[in-house]
Amino acid sequence: MNIFKIIEEIEKTDPEVTQRLSRRDMFRQSSSFGKKVAIAAIPLAMGSMFKKAYGQSSSSVTEVLNYALTLEYLENEFYAMGVAASGLIPANRLAIFQQISKHEAAHVKFLKEVLTSMSATPVEKPAFDFTAGGSFSDVFTNYDTFLALAQAFEDTGVRAYKGRAGELISNDTVLTAALQIHSVEARHASMVRRLRAEKGWISGSSRGSLPSATQAVYDGEDNVTQGGANVTTLGYSAQTVTEAFDEPLAPDKVLAIAGLFIKK
Amino acid sequence: MTKIIHEVKKEDSGLRDKLMKPMSRNSFLQFAGATAAATGLVLAGCDNDDDGVSTMGTVDLGSGDTGILNYAYLLEQLEAAFYVQVIATPFTGMTAAEKTILTDIRDHELAHRDFFKYALGASAIASVEVNFASIDFTNRASVLGTAKAFEDLGVSAYNGAGKLIENTDYLLLAGKIVSVEARHASAIRDLLNPFSADYAGDDVVTVSQGLDGAKTPAEVLTIAAAYVKTTVKFDKLPS
Repeated sequence: MNIFKIIEEIEKTDPEVTQRLSRRDMFRQSSSFGKKVAIAAIPLAMGSMFKKAYGQSSSSVTEVLNYALTLEYLENEFYAMGVAASGLIPANRLAIFQQISKHEAAHVKFLKEVLTSMSATPVEKPAFDFTAGGSFSDVFTNYDTFLALAQAFEDTGVRAYKGRAGELISNDTVLTAALQIHSVEARHASMVRRLRAEKGWISGSSRGSLPSATQAVYDGEDNVTQGGANVTTLGYSAQTVTEAFDEPLAPDKVLAIAGLFIKK
Repeated sequence: MTKIIHEVKKEDSGLRDKLMKPMSRNSFLQFAGATAAATGLVLAGCDNDDDGVSTMGTVDLGSGDTGILNYAYLLEQLEAAFYVQVIATPFTGMTAAEKTILTDIRDHELAHRDFFKYALGASAIASVEVNFASIDFTNRASVLGTAKAFEDLGVSAYNGAGKLIENTDYLLLAGKIVSVEARHASAIRDLLNPFSADYAGDDVVTVSQGLDGAKTPAEVLTIAAAYVKTTVKFDKLPS
């Protein structure tokens, strides 16, 4: 039984099979066959390899990338406007927001390049309304309002990337890049939260001193069950456990939050 | 366990009395971690009854997703032991605000560590022996500088390991933890250089693409080796 023979067979019905299986997967899986996996286990290992290849098409990878790009457009425009608004950000806090702004601009550019390199079309930037129809009318004149929205956007961004990482598992390069953006958003989130006299981490599903309109950003962060285990039973408080594990947010929830700031 | 206490007795008969008092398992491990450098106590001994994958002084992370989870467990052990010591012997001039942050981080790392141990069950590596001889726990710059290095290393370790994970549930789990490590890194970096760009500085996030670090297990373990006395075998990890 030879893995390359099997792939040849599949090629007869699916000519694109070799593109679906990344070269790394084939090397990784096949080199371990010889050494460790008994012949009897091969069908099982093959099954997981093919599930990985067929479970996510490249169109779903580009869909996730466009989803990420939409959120990055939002953050990028928000910080670009905030940094440019005279008298908004105190001079001794400007370096913090210039850094975030620089990163969000880089993320937009990077995601567009990745999409283009995959022969996909980057989505157009939506028209944003950061007042959310007037709810935050002083967002670019009142530092506290600006900070509050910054926290909501960063904590949402962390949850958004986390929620879709699994869909990128078939593409190592894209997955790694998404994780590398995800942790940058978390660095931002921690800093902005601390500027607002909150902890850098999220306790329970608390929105802290943010307005009630932002509660959706934190719903579900109070989960204490990880990998099927209630971590509080290991001797830790619910506060510690919820702080120690950030939770993902489903795309519909994320888009509902982002949608508040997109012009209809 | 009994054997360890005998070993400890040779070095410090007072320590034996402390250990013989009723203690939760957690507090024993914390205590042992904090005193490991001073007594030469090998933490590996604590776990001899529930795993068969290690010999004294050596742990083998294993292969596949289990190997990656053990890799994470190892890093969380290192971080947890470090912060336990940080809080047990606060550096000179530690402010209340700093103590609150560092205590929170200690608790998060302990929760991560014990979660992995629980989740791995019989596949878990033994507890490793740490080597903090290069750290001056009385000195703020030494402690926070090490904390920064550990947190950045943790972030880059999880980011680099993501693609090696086969099971999406484990990938999500790694994602839930790595963002917390990044929150820690940000806070520690801001303590070192307040209100600057350093919380997500150009030294750790690429300027052109805005990407955080991602390191292979081999790169991470080479760096971590300076702080781990136990020999770590990782040749079967996916790459």
